[in-house]
Amino acid sequence: MTATATTAPTRTAAAPRRGKRAPRLRGAVQPVAAILVALLVLGVPFWLVVATAAKTQAEALDPNLEAPGEWRLFENFAAVFADGRMMSAFFGSLLVMVPAVVGVLVLGSMAAWILGRRGGRLSAAIYALAISGIVLPPAVVTIVLLLRQLGLAGTALGMIGVYMGMYLSTVIFFVTGFVRTIPPELEEAARVDGAGPVRVFGLIILPLLRPVLATATILICLYIWNDVFYALFVIGGRIDTLPLNLYQVASAGLYLQNWHLIFAYIILMSLPLLITFVVAQRRIISGITSGAVK
Amino acid sequence: MLPKGTARRRSDHPLWFLIPALVILVVFFFVPTVFNFVYAFTDWSSFKSAINFAGVDNFTSLFSNGTLLNSLKVTLVYAVLVAFFQNAFGLGLALLLERDTMVNRAVRVAFFIPVIMSALAVGYIFQALLKPDGALNGILGAVFGTSVSIPWLGSTTWTIVVVAVVHAWKWMGLSMLIYLAGLKTINEDVLEAARLDGANRWTMFRAIRFPLLAPAVTFNVATALLGSMNGFDIVQATTEGGPGGTTELLNIFIFRTFGQGLFAQATTMSLVLFLTVTILAFPVIRFLRKREDVL
Repeated sequence: MTATATTAPTRTAAAPRRGKRAPRLRGAVQPVAAILVALLVLGVPFWLVVATAAKTQAEALDPNLEAPGEWRLFENFAAVFADGRMMSAFFGSLLVMVPAVVGVLVLGSMAAWILGRRGGRLSAAIYALAISGIVLPPAVVTIVLLLRQLGLAGTALGMIGVYMGMYLSTVIFFVTGFVRTIPPELEEAARVDGAGPVRVFGLIILPLLRPVLATATILICLYIWNDVFYALFVIGGRIDTLPLNLYQVASAGLYLQNWHLIFAYIILMSLPLLITFVVAQRRIISGITSGAVK
Repeated sequence: MLPKGTARRRSDHPLWFLIPALVILVVFFFVPTVFNFVYAFTDWSSFKSAINFAGVDNFTSLFSNGTLLNSLKVTLVYAVLVAFFQNAFGLGLALLLERDTMVNRAVRVAFFIPVIMSALAVGYIFQALLKPDGALNGILGAVFGTSVSIPWLGSTTWTIVVVAVVHAWKWMGLSMLIYLAGLKTINEDVLEAARLDGANRWTMFRAIRFPLLAPAVTFNVATALLGSMNGFDIVQATTEGGPGGTTELLNIFIFRTFGQGLFAQATTMSLVLFLTVTILAFPVIRFLRKREDVL
């Protein structure tokens, strides 16, 4: 008691002094430096994208930092919509992403609850195996062979299965750690009232997992929405997703020198995640960082 | 008493809850991985329907024509370069934007935008930026007052460094956030004590703050190193493995040979990637963890 009483005043006395000295020393320099770095490192590439996406084909032939003679951003967006297959690619992306994300969250949480609660060597071994996929690269070529044998080659179901196999380990890793922080007494109370494991999981555990599931959702949406490598192997040429479509548009577009359309496409395909991020950036950032440093 | 208690405990958390996740993991992750060890030793290709055992033919031919060692070397060099640049940029940004001011918060959010963008899109943006007559050379020309036409993506020596920098550019926002979180966990009293002892900014960083960042370094280096070994999008969008195969990552090779119908060779390289990451993952993580323990 006395110890805290004596240290508290000194600490509060020291804090304002420290707080005031630092801003005076670099108060003017630091914000300017931060903004300059951002303008140089981010501003140049982003301006290049926006400016080029607003140009005519002739102006955009050699993408440079000059402002467009006449802003044609929305005309170029319309052109991308008209001659690309953007809408079908958008729905293709949703078609594989939504079931895969819901699937890994539900199945991963179920497994993580058991792995987080049970002790013993079997659970530890299963846990180690289940999270190995975080580091190990998927066998992308033989997955195609397996999908053919299962009759799932080139189907949305096959792609969903592949994504689930890849990202279940991430969910199990995040959620198991979180489950261990939930007091078991919360489950006991429901159990005394006669609830079975399904009800305990659905009514007690799943709602408590919301923060960690939010983080996992963001991460996995990010991976799947932007994935082109695995999609090229599994559904390339059968189902369009936004990155697959971008790959085709750009492969043909670079040959045709359509930089304005490529960059218009890039802006459009980035918008859904960008808007989500801007709206929820505080929660996204704190969710991602809380998992990493322990 | 005890058996009854444990029995009840077990039925409280039934093992069948694991089954759906394990089925998906086994079918879509472990079985293909086991297949890797089988089909790397066959002559599976799109040119014939039968698949026959071929021994180590794929390994010897990939080894003797130099592609195996080249791709492996390129992948490892790329991973090390990405890990270095991504952490240097990320830590630099974290230190620059450490204080919680309005400007810093806004700039942090801006630096996270590349993280949420598609890597393929980032690759195309930099392909345009780095053309010999592109924007970067334009800026350099304006600064130095002469015309600059450096072929950033056309050098057999330096392009791999340039591409690694692009990769680091895309992910540095994530490293920055993790370093910022690490810096926040450092106890103010420790810093205050050092300040009273007369430590200057640089000594404080070298002797106190950087060592205390060890968990963040572990996470960032391990994810950057092992993640970039599985890289594809940025390199495919900027160089497609060129010039002269000097940026041909294992995944680029796998994609190209798969497209040519040489499935067994692609599988062989996929196995090489799997084994390399496996062999590296455990020592890397253990080494970085050990550094944490010492402190």
